[in-house]
Amino acid sequence: MNTTNKPLIVIENLCKSFEDGDVLRNISFTIREGDLASIIGPSGCGKSTFLRCINCLELMDSGSVSVAGVTVSRRPGETPTEAMLQRVHELRTEVGMVFQSYNLFPNKNLLQNIMLAPMVVKGMKKEEAHELGMKMLEKVGLAGFAQKYPSTLSGGQSQRAAIARALAMNPRVMLYDEPTSALDPELVGEVLQVMKDLDAEGMTQIIVTHEMKFAKDASDYIIFMDKGEIVEYEDGDILFANPKNNRTRAFLRHFVNAGVTC
Amino acid sequence: MKKFFALIALLLALAAPIPSYAADEAPAQPAGEEKLLRWGGDSEGGFPYMFPSPSDPDKLIGFEVDIVEALAKEMGRKPVYVNNAWDNLIPGLERDLYDIAINGLEVTPEHEAEVNFSIPYYKTYLQLAVRKDDSSIEGLQDLKGKIAGTLKESYAQMVLEEVGDVEIRTYIVEANTYEDLANGRLEAALFDQPIALYSAGFNPEIKFVGPPIGEIIYAIAMRKGDKELLREVNQAIVALRDSGKLREIYDKWNLWTPVMATTFNDYDPPKYEPVYYNEWAEAHRPELTLQKRLERYWDAMPLFAHGALVTMEVSIVAMVIAISLGLALAVTRVFAPKWLAMLAAGYVEIVRGTPVLIQLFFIFYGLPSIGIKFSPFWAGAIGLGLNYAAYEAEIYRTGLFAIPRTQWESALALGMTRWQAMREVILPQAVRVVIPPITNDFISLLKDSSLVSIITMVDLTKVYGQVSATYYDYFGPGILVAVIYLVLGLPFVRFARYTEKRLSAMEKEGRQGHSENIYRNSTRYI
Repeated sequence: MNTTNKPLIVIENLCKSFEDGDVLRNISFTIREGDLASIIGPSGCGKSTFLRCINCLELMDSGSVSVAGVTVSRRPGETPTEAMLQRVHELRTEVGMVFQSYNLFPNKNLLQNIMLAPMVVKGMKKEEAHELGMKMLEKVGLAGFAQKYPSTLSGGQSQRAAIARALAMNPRVMLYDEPTSALDPELVGEVLQVMKDLDAEGMTQIIVTHEMKFAKDASDYIIFMDKGEIVEYEDGDILFANPKNNRTRAFLRHFVNAGVTC
Repeated sequence: MKKFFALIALLLALAAPIPSYAADEAPAQPAGEEKLLRWGGDSEGGFPYMFPSPSDPDKLIGFEVDIVEALAKEMGRKPVYVNNAWDNLIPGLERDLYDIAINGLEVTPEHEAEVNFSIPYYKTYLQLAVRKDDSSIEGLQDLKGKIAGTLKESYAQMVLEEVGDVEIRTYIVEANTYEDLANGRLEAALFDQPIALYSAGFNPEIKFVGPPIGEIIYAIAMRKGDKELLREVNQAIVALRDSGKLREIYDKWNLWTPVMATTFNDYDPPKYEPVYYNEWAEAHRPELTLQKRLERYWDAMPLFAHGALVTMEVSIVAMVIAISLGLALAVTRVFAPKWLAMLAAGYVEIVRGTPVLIQLFFIFYGLPSIGIKFSPFWAGAIGLGLNYAAYEAEIYRTGLFAIPRTQWESALALGMTRWQAMREVILPQAVRVVIPPITNDFISLLKDSSLVSIITMVDLTKVYGQVSATYYDYFGPGILVAVIYLVLGLPFVRFARYTEKRLSAMEKEGRQGHSENIYRNSTRYI
C-alpha cells in the first residue's frame, strides 16, 4: 500500500442514517493521492452511501469529509448553512462521479454531454469546451462518437462517455458507484481498462464494485464494509488469501464457492 | 418547436386588434360630440324582436331595432348597439355596458325593483296554437289532460301551471316547440303572440285558437339613477306614438292587434303593407330546397369565419396566460417553502374544483362590484387562462417529476448549483415531456372557449346560435360549426402526436420518474 503520498481525502467520524436505520456508523478513513481503492461488501452494507457521502450527494448527519483541502463538516442536528452549501459545491468541483446507470443527458449528444458542465460551472468558452470535449472522448476511445446520442450507444460506450464527462471537470478524485454492474460481461473490460489507464496517470480513484478480480488485481487496496462499518482494508492478494476478520471470510467464501477465480 | 412558437407568435400578431364585435367596444360618451344612445339587446333575442337579417346575417333587424332607431333619431342621439345575453340584460345595465335595455323586457314587479321602466311601447298577450286538424282545443281550459309546450320559465309557463292538470313541456328554442307540435309530440303551444305569429303564422299545419290570454307589457329598462334619461325616453315614445311612427313600425311587422288598437286608441285600418312579416314568412315556409340551404350556409360563412377568429384569439390569449401562470404555480409548488407551496396547491384545487362557467360569470359580472372591470374579451381570456393555469401547473409538476432523479444527481455531482442543474439539465428534458399534454390541453381549451359566448362575446358558438335562430335551422349550421372546431384543432392534434412520437423515440431506455419532491431545498440533494 502506498503510504508515501500525502492524504487527499480525509473522512472523520462520518455518520449517516436513513429512516429505516443506521447506514454509516462513525467511519474514519484516509485516502492518499494516487490511490486506487475498491470497496466491497454485501449489499446493504452502506458502501454506495459511503461513496455518495464523499461528494455530499448524501449529506452526512455528522462528521466531516475533506477533499483536497476543502472540508465539509456537520455537527449532529445542525441545519445546513449557506456557507456549508458553498463548501459542498466547492468540494464537488474536486470530485468526479460515475454512476451505475451512466446518467448521461439523453437530450444531448456525447460532445454536448461533456461540454455542458465546464461551460456552466467554470464559464469555459464554447470553443475551448469543444476542444476539451474532443480530447476527453479520445481519451476514452470514443472520438468517433461525438455526435451520437446516448440512446444509440452500448452500455460500455455509455459508461466510458460518463467517465469522460466527469474527467472534463478536471477532478482530483474519481468516484465510481458500481460502474460495471449494468453492463454485459463482454463490455466490462473496456470500462475497467479506462480506469487502469487513469491509475497509471496517477488519478485517485475509489470504486464500489462487485468485480472481485479487478478489485484484487488493479486496486492498491480493498476496503471491506459490512453493516455500515469498514471491517478491514488490505492489499487485495493478502485480503483474499488470508482475511483477518470472520465477516470478511464469510463474504469472500461466496465468491470462491461461486467459482470466481481470485 | 421553433416553428410552433413562430405560429403562435403569428396568430398573436393577428389577434392584436381585439375583436370589435364585442360589447366592451361601445365607447363611453365622448365630450362635445354627438350624444350616444348605448342600447343593450340580445342578437339571439329572437324574432320578431331582434335577430340577424336572413339576407344579411351581419345586420340586426326586428321591430325593436326599428323602435330604437326611431327613438334615437327623436332624441337626437346616435344609437350604439351592445350585444348581451338576454338573461344578463339587466345586470349589464348595472355594469354600465349600455344605458338602456330593450328586448321584450316585461314590466313585472321583480324587474321594477331593479330598474326603471319607460312607458310601454308594446302590449301583447299569449296566443294558443294547435294542429290544424285538432278541433278539441278552443281555449286554455281545454288543455286539461293534454300536453302543452312553452318557453322555459316564462309567463306562459306560469299561466299553464295555473290551469292545472296540463302536462307542460318547456323549451329553450321556440322553433322546436312548434316543430314538436306539428309532428305530434305536443298538442298545444302557448307563446307570446309575436313569437307565435313569427314561428307558426305561416305554417300550414298549425292554427291559432282562442281569445287573447293574459297581458304582456314591454317597456325600456334603465338604471334607477338615470332620471333624466327616463324623462327623455318617455317624451320620445309619446312623440313617436303621436306621430304615427310606432304604428308604421307595427304595421310593417304585422304586429298591430286589437290589443294595440285599444292601447293606442287608434282603430284605423293598417296604412302600410306587412312587408317585413311577408319577407320573413317567405323565407321560413317549410320545405326549403337543399340548394337554397347551402346558399344560406355559404352566405353565413363570413360570420362563421369571424366567430372562428374570435374563438382562436381568445383561446390563444387564454393559453398564454395559462402557460405563464401555470409555470409560476408549479415553480411555487415545487421550490417554494411549504406554506407558500400549499397556497399554490390550494389555488389549483379550488380552480379545478369549480365550474369554469361560474368563474367566467364571477369575473365578468361579479368583479365589477368591487371595482375590477374587464372587457368581455379580457374577462373571457383571463377566466379561461386562470382556469387552465391550474391544469398546466399540474402538467409542469408531473413533467419535472418525470425526469429520473439520477439526472438531478449527476448534474449536482458535476458541480452544478441547484439552479444550474434545474436550468441546464432538468428543464430542457421536462419541456419535452410536457409539450404533448399542453398541446392537448390547448385543444380542450379551444372547445371550452365556447363558454365565452355567455359573457357577450360573439365567438364561433355564439355565431352558431345566431345563424340557427335566424334560419330556424339548427342542423346544417351545427354540422358546419362542428367541422370548423375540428379544423381549428387539427394542427394542434397533429403537433401533439408528433411531439409524443419524438418523446418516445428519445426515451427508448426505460426511464423512470420519481414521486418524492427532490427539488425543494432540504438536507438531501443540497
